[in-house]
Amino acid sequence: MRRAFSVVALLVLAVSLCAVGQQTLEAVLARGKLVVGVNAALPGFGYLNATTGQFSGFDVDYGRAIAAAIGVGIEFVPLTEGERFTALQTGQIDVLIHNTTWTLTRDSREMGLDFCPTTFYDGQGFLVRRADGISSISDMDGATVCMTSGTGTEGNLADAFRERGLELRAQAFSDTEVAFAAYEAGACDCFTSDKSQLASLRSTASVPDDHTILPDTITREPLGPVVRHGDDEWFDIVKWVVFATFFAEEYGITQANVATSESSNPEVRRFLGIEGGMGAKLGLTEDWAVNAIAAVGNYGELFARHLEPLGIKREGSPNALYTEGGLIYSPQWR
Amino acid sequence: MPDDIGIAPSDNVQPLPPVDGIRALRWARQNLFGSWFHTVLTLASAALVATVAFGLIRWAIHEARWEVIPANLKLLLVGTYPTDQMWRVWMTLYLAVLLLGFSGARRGGSIRRISEVAAGASILLGILPLSLGVRVWILGTALSVAIGFGLGCLTLRNGGSSVKRVELAAWLLSVPASVILLNGVGGILPVVEARAQWGFLLNLLGATVGICLSLPLGVLLALGRRSQLPAVRWVCVAYIEIIRGVPLITLLFMANIMLQILLPDSIRIELVVRAMLTITAFSAAYMAENVRGGLQAIPKGQREAAHALGLNSILTTALIVLPQAIRAVIPAIVGQAIALFKDTTLFGFIGILELLSVSRSVAANLEWRGTVFELYVFIGLLFWILCYSMSYVGRRIEKALGVGQR
Amino acid sequence: MFRPRVIPSHSLRLWRDTRVLRVVGQAVFLAAVAAGAWWLLVNLQANLRSSGLNLSFRFLRHTAGFPISEGIRYSPTDSNGHAFWVGFVNTARIAAIGIVLATVVGVLVGVARLSANWLVRKLAALYVEAIRNIPLPVQLFFWYFAVILTGLPAASNSIRLPGAIYLSRRGLCMPWLIPTASFATWRWFLVGGAVSAVVVYAFRRLQLKRIDRPGIPILWSVATLLLAGTVGWCITAGRPLALDVPVFERFNFEGGIWLSASFLALLVGLTTYTGAFIAEIVRAGIQAVDRGQVEAAKALGLRRRNLLRLVVLPQAMRVILPPLGSQYLSLAKNSSLGILIGYYDLLNVSTTIFNQTGRAVEMMLLIMGSYLSLSFLFSFTLNYYNRRMQPVEK
Repeated sequence: MRRAFSVVALLVLAVSLCAVGQQTLEAVLARGKLVVGVNAALPGFGYLNATTGQFSGFDVDYGRAIAAAIGVGIEFVPLTEGERFTALQTGQIDVLIHNTTWTLTRDSREMGLDFCPTTFYDGQGFLVRRADGISSISDMDGATVCMTSGTGTEGNLADAFRERGLELRAQAFSDTEVAFAAYEAGACDCFTSDKSQLASLRSTASVPDDHTILPDTITREPLGPVVRHGDDEWFDIVKWVVFATFFAEEYGITQANVATSESSNPEVRRFLGIEGGMGAKLGLTEDWAVNAIAAVGNYGELFARHLEPLGIKREGSPNALYTEGGLIYSPQWR
Repeated sequence: MPDDIGIAPSDNVQPLPPVDGIRALRWARQNLFGSWFHTVLTLASAALVATVAFGLIRWAIHEARWEVIPANLKLLLVGTYPTDQMWRVWMTLYLAVLLLGFSGARRGGSIRRISEVAAGASILLGILPLSLGVRVWILGTALSVAIGFGLGCLTLRNGGSSVKRVELAAWLLSVPASVILLNGVGGILPVVEARAQWGFLLNLLGATVGICLSLPLGVLLALGRRSQLPAVRWVCVAYIEIIRGVPLITLLFMANIMLQILLPDSIRIELVVRAMLTITAFSAAYMAENVRGGLQAIPKGQREAAHALGLNSILTTALIVLPQAIRAVIPAIVGQAIALFKDTTLFGFIGILELLSVSRSVAANLEWRGTVFELYVFIGLLFWILCYSMSYVGRRIEKALGVGQR
Repeated sequence: MFRPRVIPSHSLRLWRDTRVLRVVGQAVFLAAVAAGAWWLLVNLQANLRSSGLNLSFRFLRHTAGFPISEGIRYSPTDSNGHAFWVGFVNTARIAAIGIVLATVVGVLVGVARLSANWLVRKLAALYVEAIRNIPLPVQLFFWYFAVILTGLPAASNSIRLPGAIYLSRRGLCMPWLIPTASFATWRWFLVGGAVSAVVVYAFRRLQLKRIDRPGIPILWSVATLLLAGTVGWCITAGRPLALDVPVFERFNFEGGIWLSASFLALLVGLTTYTGAFIAEIVRAGIQAVDRGQVEAAKALGLRRRNLLRLVVLPQAMRVILPPLGSQYLSLAKNSSLGILIGYYDLLNVSTTIFNQTGRAVEMMLLIMGSYLSLSFLFSFTLNYYNRRMQPVEK
């Protein structure tokens, strides 16, 4: 009896396992729209404008690029840090573009996620008040630090303080807005998060110039879109949409000129879908890259549109093109 | 009695002892300064009240920036509901007050008073300095109350007993009708996306759906708990005890995750629906306990008499036991409904933009930095008015149904 | 001859036999519940397998890695299990203190609602009505942001209360006693004192019972314990306990005991909120005592103090205890709202562990198990006291 039971269970499991993978593209096409998990309260990356009901941001635009490449509509699902992975793992969303850091634990079978190419190289830093006279992390022995719970921030902070032998008092809140409000009200001496998030939050402070971001960066935070394990075809599609934006910037293809672009460079011609049949290899139409760039522009345009207003610079950072010393590099279009 | 005795009839009455002093001073001396202990108490309390009150009034007049409320009123009350579809929200409100006016005209008493208050409030609010379009919509509420009232008076004279059934059906159907109206149905009404950002509308919707669904579920659970069948009884007891032992915020957080894990990929339940399911399941356990108390209070003779009359158990329960049981625990049910309404503020924890979360994002706006207290005062007042009205209605229903007197 | 017509049982239709119906009904119900649970379990297995997580509690031994700044001794290198325990202790701590304070507030306000003083009566009524109708999260945010963070000064110019107690935006810092080297020897005197206190208590109770006098000889036990402690203190070389006074370092106070701003806000919020409900319960309880009892007691010449203690309160307690117990449980459960204002309670720590390890089902079982055990503890204690309070039926 018990054996029959377990055989049935295994069969059901096997069937459902087969059903889980390799299904995302078909599901998206059948549904007619792509479901993207994004941030709703981080200006510059994922922000919901409450009056118009529109989402905007760097991550949001990458979602739009993927949807345009496939040729479907889009639905944004605002998620908190705590629920973002569960939503992806259980199929509530197709792709997660939510300032997610690429870590071994998340990439492994421990959490069952696959990370697409990094769209933004970030690092964890500290925001302090100028009046406190803190110039680096070593000045912060015994300080109280505010942060959002549910991210890797807490662990990184504890590691950094322990490494330097400093004493830490941590205050973690479930909501970033509450955490920042508490920092501003004086509950903490310092606020820690990814430096891009710090820049974004600093712009919302009542007197932004009262605060400064310390030069210390305690971790590497490569951020990019995330998909589930088990669907290689879908992983390839999202990966190559990201690479398309890198390629477009390197070869000067912008949102304005992509529709009328002509080139004698064979690689560019393959990119534009004029020859080569690259789209069929991914399971998409031949103008998938053109549609993606036409929707949101190339990497440089995306960066300029969303991140430069926050004061984040590209020159000299890993976010520059590889030709300018950065890490933005696309593989071959062949 | 002969006239010359000189005793007027009124002279027989003992005159009252003379009272010294003015009535107000006498009252004060009795109630405020009765003994030295009371005098100290009165002075201390008066000092406390004065400090707090003056501080509050000074803040409210001089330092508070009240413009944040009218500027964000739509955002706070309905969130990101598309402006061109706002007529549906108004229609839902009109439906509710129409039914209120209708029932008020037919039944009088406290329902009528509530409909009058609603009409009066909408007229008062229509005077506020808001945009003309909004004011027209607000005054339309008063008009709906009037229409409902008129319809009620009409049917009072002409209609028969079938009108009562129509009325009951209308009230029962109004909740799903409102949900469909607000949500939209594919094909007929455009579906409004982003349901998780509807502000205060979500609190109201969550509370209404929660109360309407958890009461029948709670009754079933209570009956199941008293069932003779051990399987049914144990399942119900386990459910009630487990749900009652866990805080709601924990349940919301876990149900949010577990509902995603426990369902196959093909079934996607939306965030708001998940939250409403959780709060219904949570409240049903508490309703079950309240109803169980009422069921225990029904004397056995009622059931025996019903059986003697030939009613089977289902009919006995439905017609004899349940009406009495529910009437006996109306205060507890109203209390639970109020608690449910207050608990909807916890939706913000799982990422739903209800009133409290929306106010936090408004306060995070660069323009409205530092207006947190004004927003909290507004939210506190809004909830206070609604909860106090609900408890007032509960007390009136109690009195009307004669709870505790029979 | 009259023969009564008996309907043989074998002609009773199967579907009208209540015994059959009962069994079939239960079977159908159980089958439906089991089928539903089975379907859910299959989905759970599928989802867990696709994300690579199998049910196991081994993650509790892994390093936690995240900081918890409040509570018993903890460092980020401790295990997840220890972190969970820290959260549990924090919840128990605030629940215990909150219950005591809320009872005090509730009794005071409840009695005030029945006071002869008009102003006090109206103020108490205003307090209760205002607090009961505003949601607790709103009140907590109000206490945290509006009162503590805005009303109190920064740590560098804290309000200094007598006895080196500092109150500021960062919380409350108080001097605390810490054990020194000679504490180990003194501890034995305390243990001995506790044992003798229990012995003295039992002895005195027996004595009182023999002469049939009521009384709870708490004072005797406490006196014995104090005597043993003082004797031990004088005998041990050096001082067993030292006073740790908080000193302001660059950012915060070091030393002494520190109660964070979140803790204070949560404590005040929970106390005022639950106190309002307890006030109503106390008022209902006191009003439930028959007026005749009070009048009879007065006729017997009982003074007001004895009247309350011997006549009113014992009878009121019977009405007060059941809802009071559920209010205590409600306070313990509401302590989970500390996550909204950054207090490291059980839920906060659990969500952090969940976010770091992705173990949804295991953490859910742990969280529910903890709260259920707290809840059963409360119900058990409540039922025990309830039974003791019931009037003895002759």
